Amino acid sequence: MKPPPFKYYAPTTTDEALALLAQYGYDAKVLAGGQSLIPTMNFRLAQPSVLVDLNHIPELFYIEPDKNGGVLVGAMTRESQVEHASLIAERAPLVHETMPHIAHPQIRNRGTFGGCMAHADPAAELPAVSVALDARFRIRGQTGERWVPADEFFIGFFTTALQPDELLVEVALPPTPQRCGWSFQEVSRRHGDYALVGIAALVTLDDHDRCNQARIVFLSVGDGPVEAHQAAKVLRGQSPTPEAISAAAEAAAGADVDPSSDIHATADYRRHLVKVLTRRALGQAFGRAGFKNDE
Amino acid sequence: MTDPQVTEKYVGKRIKRNEDPRLLTGQALFVDDVDLPDMLHAAFLRSDFAHARVQSIDVSAARARPGVVAVFTAEDMGDFWRPGPLIVPPPSKVEGIVFNARTQIPMVKDKIHHIGDPLAVVIAETRYIAEDALEDIFVDYEPLDAVVDLEEALKPDAPLVHDDLGSNLAAHVVQQKGDFEAARGEADVVVKRRIVIDRGAAAALENRGVVADWDPRSQQLTVWDTTQAPIPIRNGIAAMLGLSEHQVRVIAPFIGGGFGPKIMMSQPEEVLVPWAATKLNRPVKWIEDRRENFIGTTQEREQIHDVEMALTRDGRILGVRDVFLHDTGAYDPYGLTVPLNTQSHALGAYDVPNYYTEFKVVFTNKMIVTPVRGAGRPQGIFIIERMLDLAAKELGLDRAEIRRRNFIPPDAFPYSHVVIDQAFAELIFDSGNYEPALDKALAMIGYDQFIKEEQPRLRAEGQCVGLGIVSFVETTGVGPYEGARVTIEASGKVSVVTGVGTQGQGHFTSFAQVAADQLGVDVGEVRVVTGDTAQFHWGTGTFASRGAVVAGNAVNAAASNVRAKVLRLASKVLDAPEEELELENGQVRVADIPEQSISLGELAVLANPLRGAVEPGTEPGLESTDYFGPKTCATAFGVVSMIVEVDPETMLVDIKRLVIAHDCGTVLNPMIVEGQIHGGMSLGIGNSFYEKLAYDENGQLLNASFMDYLLPRSTDMPPQIEIGHLETPSPLNPMGSKGVGEAGAIPVPAAFAQAVEDALVDYNVEILETPLSPNRLFEILQAARQADEP
Amino acid sequence: MSDLFNLTVTVNGTRYERAIEPRLLLSDFLRHELGLTGTHVGCEHGVCGTCTIMFDGQAVRSCLMFAVQADGHDILTVEGLGTVEELHPLQDAFRDAHALQCAFCTPGFLMTLVPFLEQNPNPTEEEIREAIAGNLCRCTGYQNIVEAVKLAAQRMAT
Repeated sequence: MKPPPFKYYAPTTTDEALALLAQYGYDAKVLAGGQSLIPTMNFRLAQPSVLVDLNHIPELFYIEPDKNGGVLVGAMTRESQVEHASLIAERAPLVHETMPHIAHPQIRNRGTFGGCMAHADPAAELPAVSVALDARFRIRGQTGERWVPADEFFIGFFTTALQPDELLVEVALPPTPQRCGWSFQEVSRRHGDYALVGIAALVTLDDHDRCNQARIVFLSVGDGPVEAHQAAKVLRGQSPTPEAISAAAEAAAGADVDPSSDIHATADYRRHLVKVLTRRALGQAFGRAGFKNDE
Repeated sequence: MTDPQVTEKYVGKRIKRNEDPRLLTGQALFVDDVDLPDMLHAAFLRSDFAHARVQSIDVSAARARPGVVAVFTAEDMGDFWRPGPLIVPPPSKVEGIVFNARTQIPMVKDKIHHIGDPLAVVIAETRYIAEDALEDIFVDYEPLDAVVDLEEALKPDAPLVHDDLGSNLAAHVVQQKGDFEAARGEADVVVKRRIVIDRGAAAALENRGVVADWDPRSQQLTVWDTTQAPIPIRNGIAAMLGLSEHQVRVIAPFIGGGFGPKIMMSQPEEVLVPWAATKLNRPVKWIEDRRENFIGTTQEREQIHDVEMALTRDGRILGVRDVFLHDTGAYDPYGLTVPLNTQSHALGAYDVPNYYTEFKVVFTNKMIVTPVRGAGRPQGIFIIERMLDLAAKELGLDRAEIRRRNFIPPDAFPYSHVVIDQAFAELIFDSGNYEPALDKALAMIGYDQFIKEEQPRLRAEGQCVGLGIVSFVETTGVGPYEGARVTIEASGKVSVVTGVGTQGQGHFTSFAQVAADQLGVDVGEVRVVTGDTAQFHWGTGTFASRGAVVAGNAVNAAASNVRAKVLRLASKVLDAPEEELELENGQVRVADIPEQSISLGELAVLANPLRGAVEPGTEPGLESTDYFGPKTCATAFGVVSMIVEVDPETMLVDIKRLVIAHDCGTVLNPMIVEGQIHGGMSLGIGNSFYEKLAYDENGQLLNASFMDYLLPRSTDMPPQIEIGHLETPSPLNPMGSKGVGEAGAIPVPAAFAQAVEDALVDYNVEILETPLSPNRLFEILQAARQADEP
Repeated sequence: MSDLFNLTVTVNGTRYERAIEPRLLLSDFLRHELGLTGTHVGCEHGVCGTCTIMFDGQAVRSCLMFAVQADGHDILTVEGLGTVEELHPLQDAFRDAHALQCAFCTPGFLMTLVPFLEQNPNPTEEEIREAIAGNLCRCTGYQNIVEAVKLAAQRMAT
């Protein structure tokens, strides 16, 4: 399974890379980690005539504290670096919890944080996590930069807000709010496989231990990250007891998701897993936020 | 070992493998490592349709591509184009067999019979260019309705896989023992079920490959092939190309896993690559890629069984009736081997007086079916063990107890099942002692303690834990024969050459152990050569768990002959009677007089004099070639037990414990035996819960990659596979060995199904299929819930 | 047609310069350009782990990289780990524990485990199983591989 031929460029600055993308437009594909692109090229499902390799642009590799208490992650930062960064463990615990679920160490040693986002695989973990966190994406083109919030970045099936002549250069992870809890869970057939269903949840409690905010986002149930708005609505202002969480799980499965069937899971089974995972994730998240269920 | 004079220093011991240092350091040659000057690379255009007529194939653009040396289609082959041989004909001893032989073709002429069917081969300077050229080829297809479902295939209006046949029936076989109808009439209970088993792949980590090098000056063809059967491959290539067998050398170097499909012979690539090399006078290499492996390498397991079991009230089986459909895919070159194995194993380890067994083999537009580790035996064991479990439930009997009551008793061996097996002989179990295996497994898993204490306690805590315990038998060590040549060299080193190949089962060590014991040398001084037809050209190959038994016994025989020669010659040289001589540390010594000794190397030189006269009737050197051909299979057996936990919400299953009490007769190297069991069990676990080839109604394979065809990973295996050895030597061969290669794969799906059913006892489900999956369990539970609702 | 790229890469301590096609996979470059056939190829889609090598000290699937991406980098393959005369302790442990049968997958496991043991010199069984979860083996059932890692960890600690 050998890839088809292509013209190869290895720019050393972001500007150089952008100039190449502007020149080639849809004929060019960006090579970041390559862990998703190269298999599709080996299968000849993708046949780009130009590859612009970002791996030699040092200015895109970093993890830095953001002034607001969050974290700024350069788009080419390796997933394994994010996995082991103490800054991420401290300031973005949901990301920290998610990283070991992504494929396997060998993949994470090459795969990049930004590359994963830009690829927008509906079965990928990080897009769903970024929506749950309300992360912001810094996009640069030759004419300038713009910021796009996560829930506007993922548009559809393997499609983002990026134009062909633009690059994602940074992901800004917001600071952890007060009284916050989080959980990442997924059901997969084997360790490291794509999830049959996955959930990223970020919740906050108010001073009366009621749910203040709930961002509940699923992966593998639609064209991209699917936010469970109905489930969140059910929870807001409520005490997150097991009953309330169950009701949220019902809402998530019944109203928020419309999964499809494939050879690994039917829509019914996925819907069932949505219910199960919502319950488990919210229980864990609210527990971490400090909610104690006095039963 | 039956020879009382031989000191067992190595046989039976955990000896580190001779071949490991090279394998560990990347110094071992696999087929894709072969690199010859001027070598060309082949890529095959494979059909995207499962069933279609081909109106035309236009390769002109491909031929014109720079870097492409040739493009061949069926037309270009001329007289060389012919269907492959029928590798295994049907057994003549079974009456009334219907058998329609249809064997695979090297390339499609006018009709495509399965997805992946080869349409053209491109030979280019690099594999990359060859694959580019595949996209230049234009095929005019007329798609036809595909035959996929076994029952639909046999309906009168079904599309035909083979137009000239008139139906999709490949074979029909009925065999009987006793009178099942009478047995059913006498029974207190009759259990009747339909059980379905689905397809799986062997998926060795090394894909197939062939390199062929034709030297027109010496008129010699050298072929490297990832085959389990180098000798028959050589003979087939020679016949096809009109060469003498001695002009063809087939080398099976280190092979990265066989598991069955690499024994399939005259595969299109094995025919085309050597042929292309002779046409182009340049070496040609073809290495299969993973996608090709899924659609172009043989597979196995798919069957549908309608089974009945008649029992007495106290659980004694009076009779079994098993009628099944077996999917052979688009062709049946391997004859009836797999379904005959199923027939032979559908009575398990049990004494069943009445047996009616009938199967129909069905042609479908899917990849050809040939043996995959287990080779039809797992299906047989799945059937009998599931039926026994269901009978036990109906009768209110303990699962272990019902098995105990039905075992063939130890004094009943050799025990005949009357039916004819895959070796074309009456199915006779040579030896066995089943109850100790059951007792051992029960003890290892802690059966009583689990059933009475642990399980109820865990259940009360909400955990769905279950236990499965099944017995199994395995016919192994099938003939016809293998051979070996053992030589003591002037250096004192010993060479052992045999025709079988090796795919990781440690022949370089186990055969060395046998020879080392016979000749009193260090096991590291024995060099084993396998899989090179220039060095040994009589034999069949490695399959059906026969390597150690058949080739091992041939090595033993040849080594024993050399030992006799050593003693005879040394007796003259040392002037001492043979009975007083000892072989140890590469020396022959007079017992108690260590100074009176001679090294084996010196003796070897004396045995091959440069002067003097050689007596008539003697052979030069210290060498012997011998063969071993078992009359019937040696029957290995065992009991497997496992404990699983099912998450009733996600339907994921965790195997907590897995034990096996196993008997493969005399063990050559326990380390290697255990490794074989571990590996077999990982395939068994795959066949239980992860591996299923998903064909759609058009015959498309939906999961032709490792992303979607799931092999068990390290985290899917239980924390420890516990193995208890038992040894009931086989009377069928001097070493008393039985095979073990497939032992792990055979019983696991049955144990898994029982354990999962047990874990879900509150939901009252019946597992009548394998493989399962979390999704299937979800559906099964949903169906059971709906059935329970008023 | 693509132009050739001038690649400079260090493999097992030796510097190589080659002019190659950009699409040449790193796995093919190592095996066929450099003749280092110890690294094997099992799937070419990044799942089986057979082709794993060390790239700048980290375990990476060589079938998921183009050789041109290795320009200026440092690669270690199984040939650089030990020799028949002097096995690396991990290779030695594999042999002692019978952690290889056909050994086609073995180089990939070794190159995954070397960096793993560097970072986790005293791993638990669970950590070991997770570390090798990205490598498929069809022959051993993984059990003896886990044993080999435990053995190697013990020996390398002393």
